[in-house]
Amino acid sequence: MFDLDKWQEIFSNIRKNRLRTFLTGFSVAWGIFMLIVLLGAGKGLQNGVKSQFARDAINSIWLNAGKTALAYQGYQPGKEIKFTNEDYQLISQKYKRAEHISARMHLWNISLISYKSKFGNFNVKGVHPDMVFPEKVILTSGRFINDRDIEENRKVTCIGKKIVDELFKAEEPIGKEINVNGVLFKVVGVFYDDGGDQDNRRAYLPVSTTQRAFTGNTQIDQVVMSINEKDVNESEEIVNELRALLSARHHFDPNDQKAIFVWNNLTEYKKIMSLLNGITIFVWIIGIGTLIAGIVGVSNIMMIVVKERTVEIGIRKALGASPWSIIALILQEAVFITSLFGYIGLMLGIFLLEAFNKYLPASDFFKNPEVDLSIALYAMLLLVISGLFAGFFPARKAASVQPIDALRGA
Amino acid sequence: MLKGVNAVVESGEMVSIMGSSGSGKSTLLNILGILDTYDAGEYRLEGELIKQLNEKHAAQLRNQLIGFVFQSFNLIGFKNAMENVALPLYYQNVSRKKRNLIALEYLEKVGLKDWAHHMPNELSGGQKQRVAIARALISKPKIILADEPTGALDSQTSLEVMDLLKGINDQGITLIIVTHEHDIAEMTQRTIHLKDGNILG
Repeated sequence: MFDLDKWQEIFSNIRKNRLRTFLTGFSVAWGIFMLIVLLGAGKGLQNGVKSQFARDAINSIWLNAGKTALAYQGYQPGKEIKFTNEDYQLISQKYKRAEHISARMHLWNISLISYKSKFGNFNVKGVHPDMVFPEKVILTSGRFINDRDIEENRKVTCIGKKIVDELFKAEEPIGKEINVNGVLFKVVGVFYDDGGDQDNRRAYLPVSTTQRAFTGNTQIDQVVMSINEKDVNESEEIVNELRALLSARHHFDPNDQKAIFVWNNLTEYKKIMSLLNGITIFVWIIGIGTLIAGIVGVSNIMMIVVKERTVEIGIRKALGASPWSIIALILQEAVFITSLFGYIGLMLGIFLLEAFNKYLPASDFFKNPEVDLSIALYAMLLLVISGLFAGFFPARKAASVQPIDALRGA
Repeated sequence: MLKGVNAVVESGEMVSIMGSSGSGKSTLLNILGILDTYDAGEYRLEGELIKQLNEKHAAQLRNQLIGFVFQSFNLIGFKNAMENVALPLYYQNVSRKKRNLIALEYLEKVGLKDWAHHMPNELSGGQKQRVAIARALISKPKIILADEPTGALDSQTSLEVMDLLKGINDQGITLIIVTHEHDIAEMTQRTIHLKDGNILG
């Protein structure tokens, strides 16, 4: 397809009409630029939200005790439900569809942890060994809380990376004792959590030891579990079964949504993902709309070009140009302009996204805006096709030019 | 609008077609140049019936058999003299280098070799018409159709152009010149008079 003569003509035509070519090209470049930036931003949003979910297992269910909203079996609404160890035992013994179950205690009023002369405010949680799964804790050294820690009320702890950074610096933390609100706990493990700073400022203690050392009762705040289910409906069914199981024990209406507040991560994840997919489709529509405006612009300009070149086309036809060679000439010019400026727009869009990536502080809901290579390639393909489209109608008009009218009219 | 045109132009003839405006001479020229179609009758070029050809074939025949010379020269403005002359060979897929070389030869024949790299707007009317004639010749046509070739030229230049055309005819190429100037028509071997779509006399 490399035909110097044709290219020379395209270039001479472009040279003669610089402003016009620029304005046309600009609309195409702008279209593809917007498409890339919008898609990149959409992807950034998606990445951000995904990383929010990555902090915990997607198939996790978190049960929180709440207050009843419906009267039931003679109880007035507003009865406060409290979880205890028995709730944990009930679910872990009776309920087989849950895989990894753990109680969870938030010790919001206990936050001071010190080691030697260093101290800091951190977050203490009482948990069972299985908490590793729903919380997606990644052990970097040592071990997590185990069953014997629970049984023997051992004063051990698995601490987050941030605690190590602030209290131990380069010192090896395993085997050292840290002071949690006046009680000494031996560090048995260090973990990392994808959930960001907050999740890495935690110290996990055995739930039994926590109750004995700090609360003095058997109350727990949450029952957390991961389930072996990928299907949203199945997981909602599990939630309902759990609610029924607990309603019998705590005497609340099984239909009462407020008595136990349930966070089903899978449902929420699917909800957000379908929202994001919606946004992505929306972004595509806007981007392609902008691009179409550019294509129409090119098409318009090519129409004018054909009109201006009527005489030339007439001459060419008289000299033996076949209709196809005229069409090819016009199409080639249209494709060239759209491809060149589209490529410029594509590059500028990618540069902008890269600049976002580099200079914009990462936020929880916007992360790594990016356009993958296949999208960029599709965009290029789209451009070439749109160039063909933009050139088609003008080319057809050009091919129908009557040589003699063109020549006589001059 | 042509009604009764029955004429034979022999190979190697130099014929002029005369007529006032509206006489149908343009229409006739279009049909002869395969630039337009006709409803009834027959047109044979080199023995081949030219009727309802597809556009591609018509383009090929124009390219190989017919050379055009127009009143308004019809050179392409952004191409220099040599490139203009070479253009018909482009449609015969002759390589760029080769066709430019051939174009130079033909420019030399019309005495414009030194102007090969000038753009059309740098040439005088007579020079432009000579470039156009070189362009008509380059594909070695059987027939050259000239539509008012001297219409835009002064009388001195007209004579030079007519001399050039005569010289071409002497080499055996058939020439058909449409004109409304008597002195031009008189320089040809035969004149066909058209009136209201009919041949007179």
